[in-house]
Formats: sequence, C-alpha cells, structure tokens
Amino acid sequence: MSIWVSQETRVVVQGITGREGSFHAKQCLDYGTLVVAGVTPGKGGQEHLGLPVFDTVRKAVIETGADTSVIFVPPPFAADAIIEAVESEINLVIAITEGIPVQDMIKVWDCLKESESRLIGPNCPGIISPGQCKIGIMPGDIHLSGRVGVISRSGTLTYEAVHQLSQRDIGQSTCVGIGGDPISGTSFIDALRAFGEDEYTEAVVMIGEIGGTAEEEAAYYVKSEFNKPVVGFVAGQTAPPGRRMGHAGAIISQGKGTAEEKMSTMRKCGIEVVRSPADIGEALQEVLKREV
Amino acid sequence: MNIHEYQAKAILDSFGVPVPNGKVVVSPEEAFDVAREFEGVVAVKAQIHAGGRGKAGGVKIARNAEEAKSYAESILGSTLVTHQTGPEGRVVSRVLIEEGVQISREFYLGLLVDRNSKRPVVMASREGGVEIEEVARRNPELILKEIIDPRVGLEESQVRNLASGIGLDDGLQGELFRFLNSLYKAFVETDASMVEINPLIVTERGEILALDAKMNFDDNALYRRTEIAELRDYEEEEELEIRASKYGLNYIKLDGSVGCMVNGAGLAMATMDIIKLSGGNPANFLDVGGGASVEQVKNAFQILIADENVRAVLINIYGGIMRCDIVAQGVVQAVSEVGVEIPVVVRLEGTNVEEGRKILRESTIRFEVADSMRDAAEKVCAAV
Repeated sequence: MSIWVSQETRVVVQGITGREGSFHAKQCLDYGTLVVAGVTPGKGGQEHLGLPVFDTVRKAVIETGADTSVIFVPPPFAADAIIEAVESEINLVIAITEGIPVQDMIKVWDCLKESESRLIGPNCPGIISPGQCKIGIMPGDIHLSGRVGVISRSGTLTYEAVHQLSQRDIGQSTCVGIGGDPISGTSFIDALRAFGEDEYTEAVVMIGEIGGTAEEEAAYYVKSEFNKPVVGFVAGQTAPPGRRMGHAGAIISQGKGTAEEKMSTMRKCGIEVVRSPADIGEALQEVLKREV
Repeated sequence: MNIHEYQAKAILDSFGVPVPNGKVVVSPEEAFDVAREFEGVVAVKAQIHAGGRGKAGGVKIARNAEEAKSYAESILGSTLVTHQTGPEGRVVSRVLIEEGVQISREFYLGLLVDRNSKRPVVMASREGGVEIEEVARRNPELILKEIIDPRVGLEESQVRNLASGIGLDDGLQGELFRFLNSLYKAFVETDASMVEINPLIVTERGEILALDAKMNFDDNALYRRTEIAELRDYEEEEELEIRASKYGLNYIKLDGSVGCMVNGAGLAMATMDIIKLSGGNPANFLDVGGGASVEQVKNAFQILIADENVRAVLINIYGGIMRCDIVAQGVVQAVSEVGVEIPVVVRLEGTNVEEGRKILRESTIRFEVADSMRDAAEKVCAAV
C-alpha cells in the first residue's frame, strides 16, 4: 500500500510550537495524519493544537507511543534534534529543516549508522502516502492515492511531477523527498528497494539533480535488482559548471556530476529518461500502458 | 563561500600549517617595501577567486624588489582572464608578495567531505601543481584517498599509506603527519567544505610547505563562523547577486535573455532546462524560497529585470507553503512601481491558485497567463 508510513504511523512533531512547526503540524492533522505529540524543550506540560507538548522525545515516546518524528527545529539545533530522536528509538525521523551544517550531518550519520532508525532528509519536503498520512510540507490536495512511487531530491519540482500524474488520474503509493543536501539519511537506492518490496507499487518516478553520484548508483541498482519500470528526470541540464560544486568535489565522483552524464547512465540502465520536466506524467502513462 | 589565497594562508598559519612568509599589498610601492624585507627572490601573486592564475600571467617570480614593484604595477588593476573567470575576467586589486623558496618536489593535497562515506576524506597525488581534474582524467590511479573517522581523527597508518603512495621520503612522514593534522583541525574548526593545497612542496632544505592554498566554506555554517564570514569579498561577486543575497534570495546571473523567478531550487533548474528546450536561454537562476512575502517577491522581480539582457520574464510558482495570491500581489506591485516594458509570462499552480490568477486578471497590467510549464516556456520564448 505504501512504504515506511501508513495510517497507523504515530507522529511526534519536534519544534511544534515554532511558526513553521505549528503551521505544518496543523496541516498534517487536517490531512488526517495521526499526530500524537509535540516536543519543545522548556514547554513540556503545555498543550498545542490540542496535542500534549513534552520536553524530550523520549518522554513523548513513552507517553504517546510515537514511532515517527518530523523535525522543524532551526538549523543550529536540528542535528541535535535528529540525534535525540534516534537515541529515543524513533523508527523514522523526517528532517524538514534546511541549512544544517555539513559537519553536523557527519556526526548525525555516525549516530544513525549504529541505530535501527531511518532518517529522511534533511532539507526535504517529507513523505506522503495519499489518503493515509502526510508528514511534511507538501500540499496534500494535489496527491491522489494509487500505485506509483515518487522519489525526489527536490521539493516544488516533486509537486510539479505529482501534479502531472494526478492530472492523468495516475495515483501515488508514496512520495518521498530525500532532500537536496550533500549528506542525507535516505538514498534513491533505499527508496527504490522499499518500492521494489511494496507489492502495491507498479512503477516509480525518480527525480534527480546535478551534483554527486546518487543518480548513477541508483541507475545501476535499477539495472541489476529492480524489476518495475522507472521514469527519470535530472534537473540542472543548463546549470553553469563551477557554480555549484567545489573544485575537487567532482573528483571524488570521478567527474560524474553533470546532468548529461547522469541521464546517459540512467538511460543505459533501462530508465525511461525525459529531457523536459513537462514530460514526466506523459512518460509514466506510456510506461504503464506498455506494462499492461 | 570562497576566500582569497592570502586569507586561506593566514587561517592555515594560525592552525600551525607551514606556509611561506608573505604579505598582501595593494600598491606597487608597498610591493617594493615588502619584497625588500625578504631580500632574495619573491613571488608576486594576483589575488582573485579563480584558479589558473599562473597561465593567465597573474603569478610572477621577481629577482629583486625593483622587479617585484614593476610586476605588481602591471598586475594590479589589470583584468585577469582564466578558464575559471569566464571571458569577462576579474580585476585584480591585491597581490600577495611571498618569499621565494627552493622547490625540491611538488605534490597535491585536498581535504573535503565525501558524499558516499559521509565523512571527510584526504586526497593526495604525486602530480603537484597540476589541476586534480586533469589527473583524474589521465591517471586516476595516481589519486590516493583516505577517509577520516571524525571520532578518531587522522591515523598514523593513513598518513603512512599516503606518504608511501605519493613517494614521499620516509624521513618526512612525521612532518606530513603534523602538517595533515593541523590541516584537518583547520578544516573542522572553520567548517570548511574544501581545502586544497596545490602544490604542497618539499623545499631543498627538507621542509614541507603549503605553496598555494584554497579554502571553501559551508555557507550553512557561517552563522557560527563570523570571523570567516567577514572575509567575504564583495568585489569578487556579481552586483545583482550581492543585492539578492542581502534579501536572502538565491540568485545566479547567467547570460541568456529570459529572466526567471521560481520557488524551489529543483523547479528553478527545471524551469531553466525547459526554457532551453523551447529555444530560449535563461538569464538567471532565481529561487525565491519557500515562504516569501509580497515584499520579497517584489525585490526578486526588481533584481530580475535589472539585468539589461533580459527581454522577457517567466514566473513559475508551484505553491506549497508559498501562496499563489502572495506571489501575484508581489508581482503586480513590482510591475506597477517599476513600470516594466517587457513581456511577463506567469504560471501559477498549487495553494490559492484561483485567488492568485484573479489578482493577475484584475490588475491593470497585462500579463500573459500560462496554464502549464510547457505552455509557459513556449510563450516566453516566443515573446523574446
């Protein structure tokens, strides 16, 4: 039916009393998400949006049985908030916060690696399983329940892709924004693997962008282990080189940072790559027709 | 954020990384005075935020103070064009005068964050003074990498691997270990995203020295590195980009004629892509951000049309947190205040889209309203 989240997912919102946290917690509640608690250090015991607020995630877990956390904490404190969630044995941590220093994320990764938790993000729109739950900042009403999985490094570009799908009556099983930062908790491959195991998902849309080699690695995974059709797009075909990556950044990745190289590898691995962002919905429709 | 070589060397020096003696100057007279203090041969190095200075004539070796003065005279105020500056080049307003050293061997050394292992990595190569991209293309096997466990730091065995891999004398391993440890400390404690020492040299006296140094910093960490943030050199940046950054807008100037305003970086890049596919050329990348106000949209629009190359504007907003009515209000305000003569194509979708379209329809300004991304791109390219 969906990956990683469902109707039963019990959500705690870290940073619930802040402007962003409060606004989006309300939107998630309105969508029907089972939000059970909020956390803001120093505000434990209060009530916000009709939910109990706790000082710590651990307390929220004990009192409300929360198993998933969504983070709206400002960048200087966000890494600590993620680590706190992981140490409180939250299964799924979704970090919306944009602007966390890379060195903080290195520490987060070390902690994450030794745990059972999954992190989605940071700097991402979150995750939604249409009709079941929405944990993040995406507009809920553009989504439609169905059988296509969406994985993306971008926010609004994902909405664009989802819009094209829903317009054609193609629903989504789950849409995951994995985030645009150099270090993120969930990769394309993690999400592809989960969609592969989800019987309900029939096809996947994968939206990448320039920088790093995540798209190439995902393409090789699709070729060797993934047996559902994938439609892909890479943003930044016209981006000027040198404005985005450090001098040596491309070296580590053996020079594979450009959109052209990513698209070519994806194509070689059997992904249906579209050049225009306006063609995502149509390409997916074609792919589904062929499958029947 | 980028800084100049002389600034990077001052930072590294403060962490105990050995660098040549030198001083930055802004006039030929100062260059003369500094060079005279060093006695022998000195290097005169143009300070701009771009590589390839040597080939472009921005680095000279002077035999004496008189010569240093004349080199400084010719370099200061000149425009240096390298493969990294673009054809317009950069005007040099400072030169670094450095004491000459006798070079015995040259190497490459780099420190950055590896996306795959999610840890810092040291890269080293025996091909010093050559661009590392070049080495990666021709002889990738000559690039050695050691991933650092941040809880342990750089280990001696790793330094031994690097030293023997690049063919450094056994007797210099201890010195390389100290050098790398200081470099790593500087990397961590300044929130650098990259440090590049190219070349790292061994002098004839057997010392290890950072002959050149380049540092980039993580913009997300500048809030806690105010001493680094102060090193920002506005002269190295586009005027419109500086203006945009003051408003918290993410703007990059390009050389096309279609100005674009989009919310979200991914959609902004995709919009540039579809403009190109429709036969136009994007004039810029502009992400107005997630929760922009009417004021912010107005600022963005004004920056966009301040670029003289812009012949038409495409506004592509997918409202999520950002509401379409806010965007519409900002655009209408900006256009009525500035009085735009060029065609403006607007595509709105998402949160409060009907209210947004209504504001556009009811304004006295004539916008071209598009109903999809493709439609918008085609309309704007036809209007250029």
